[in-house]
Amino acid sequence: MVTEKDVAYVAELAHLELTAEERARMLKDLNSILGHIDRLNQLDTSNVEPMAQVASRYNERGVSDEGAMRPDEPRPCLPREEALRNAPNSDGVFFKVPKVIER
Amino acid sequence: MDISYLTVESTRTAVLEKQTTATALVDAFYAKIEAEDGEIGAYLTLSKERAYAQSARIDALADKGDELPPLAGVPIAVKDVFTTRDGRTTAGSKILENFIAPYDATVVTRLESAGAVILGKTNCDEFAMGSSNENSGFRPVRNPHDRSRVPGGSSGGSAAAVAAGMAVASLGSDTGGSIRQPAAFCGVVGLMPTYGRVSRYGLIAFASSLDHPGPFGKTVSDVAILLQALAGRDPQDATTADAAVPEYCAHVGEPIHGLKIGVPDEYFGEGLDSEVRAAVENGIQELAKAGAEIVPISLPHTSYAIPTYYVIATAEASSNLARYDGVRYGRRSEGKSLAEMYRRTRDGGFGAEVKRRIMLGTYVLSAGYYDAYYLKAQRVRGLLARDFDGAFAKVDAIVTPTTPTPAFKLGEKTDDPVSMYLADIFTVTADLVGVPGISIPCGKSKEGLPIGMQVLGKHFDEATVLRVAHVAEHALAGK
Repeated sequence: MVTEKDVAYVAELAHLELTAEERARMLKDLNSILGHIDRLNQLDTSNVEPMAQVASRYNERGVSDEGAMRPDEPRPCLPREEALRNAPNSDGVFFKVPKVIER
Repeated sequence: MDISYLTVESTRTAVLEKQTTATALVDAFYAKIEAEDGEIGAYLTLSKERAYAQSARIDALADKGDELPPLAGVPIAVKDVFTTRDGRTTAGSKILENFIAPYDATVVTRLESAGAVILGKTNCDEFAMGSSNENSGFRPVRNPHDRSRVPGGSSGGSAAAVAAGMAVASLGSDTGGSIRQPAAFCGVVGLMPTYGRVSRYGLIAFASSLDHPGPFGKTVSDVAILLQALAGRDPQDATTADAAVPEYCAHVGEPIHGLKIGVPDEYFGEGLDSEVRAAVENGIQELAKAGAEIVPISLPHTSYAIPTYYVIATAEASSNLARYDGVRYGRRSEGKSLAEMYRRTRDGGFGAEVKRRIMLGTYVLSAGYYDAYYLKAQRVRGLLARDFDGAFAKVDAIVTPTTPTPAFKLGEKTDDPVSMYLADIFTVTADLVGVPGISIPCGKSKEGLPIGMQVLGKHFDEATVLRVAHVAEHALAGK
């Protein structure tokens, strides 16, 4: 069972604040979804490798992923002006954020 | 010319034979969108400048009598999760309300190089998270067949635009069913290609190991033509494969005599609407009449696919969406400290479903739960892959219903996330395993709602999927 304390802890990890109302709803929803997910424990998976991605499956059928690797060489990247164009706050050189280090 | 019935092929022919111009078509589509989309809500942004620049290029080619590219003058709508330069790209989220992408997604570049005209960006569930389009940060989309019902999701706008004749074809993305499920609800054709077949470069990430870009069209031939333009390795996406890309259109129209088609028992059990069952069984009958051998098969872990999906997809999403912090792009809410700025930005920018998935994903990855949930789900994903390996050792394709019911009403499932998630029960497994799948219309319910039939194939064997779907499409059209 997920508790109110868990919700607060996970919200902190996820950089979410959530209102009291949202937290109450989250507690109910997470427990309901995790209740459904608990079905997975009915299965014996002791002799199955975890599958993180699909490519490993089709490599076995002779589809190459050789092209996935490229030479480690510098390539052109976004010009600074472009990279900063969407910034909510910048000084034209850096992104600006609230002060991080207190002294 | 009634633009509602234009297909990719007939549009190109009309431009080629000078029955119309690409520019006149753009005018006609924008007029239709302005007249009808107020009620449907399929589009978020129209890209008029870009569309007219492209249509002028195509008309100049046609005037010179040059050979026209395969998608010449074809008006296409693009789900707003694909980046387009110089117009906004929102992913259906308030947090990206004013985001201007610095580059085009590879799929957008490829469609335009093939002559397509991008009309605009379509509405979707926020960050592609949803099965009804009700999670859009801007407005819901309504089903063109019945406006009290959802169009499906998350690519609801792209499916509705094609169904309502407000685009000839469109692009969507499928992470748990987000192309095939709305295609079924809106009565159009939607193809999810093999993972690695079509580039994800410029697709705003939801769950990177599950996100599949793919086309919507009115016919199987149309999605085959679109796939031809989209498929192939992209140096910008290291997960695209070096697999040979066949001539898809050459396979569409080939007979299916002697082909083995599997019908999994698990997809016809409890919870399947009786009208959907009857329509899909009728479709299977037609395939048998066309000479296919129907083989009963079993995919024994099917009922574990939804819980597996909601662990893996949310875990990946919680990591991918960490980038929305108000620093480099997107919305920012000010705060006294950096941490407070992050929290306020994310609290105000994300909708309820996105927060729910970030929370679930963070939980299953957190210390003490990683093995119990995340690793466990990855192992069950391996079992699901084995199910398909076993089935495809015996059959060439698999046929199932796309969804357990036709389109549901707006508001019907919004209070119960688990019941909403179960709308994807027949589509999620293909995403987890990475095999291609298509949904084609296979009749209507008594209430006039479209029903979808799904065809799944082996990795990189879209050709067989298209071939089977085309035979069914033509057999059913004669009814």
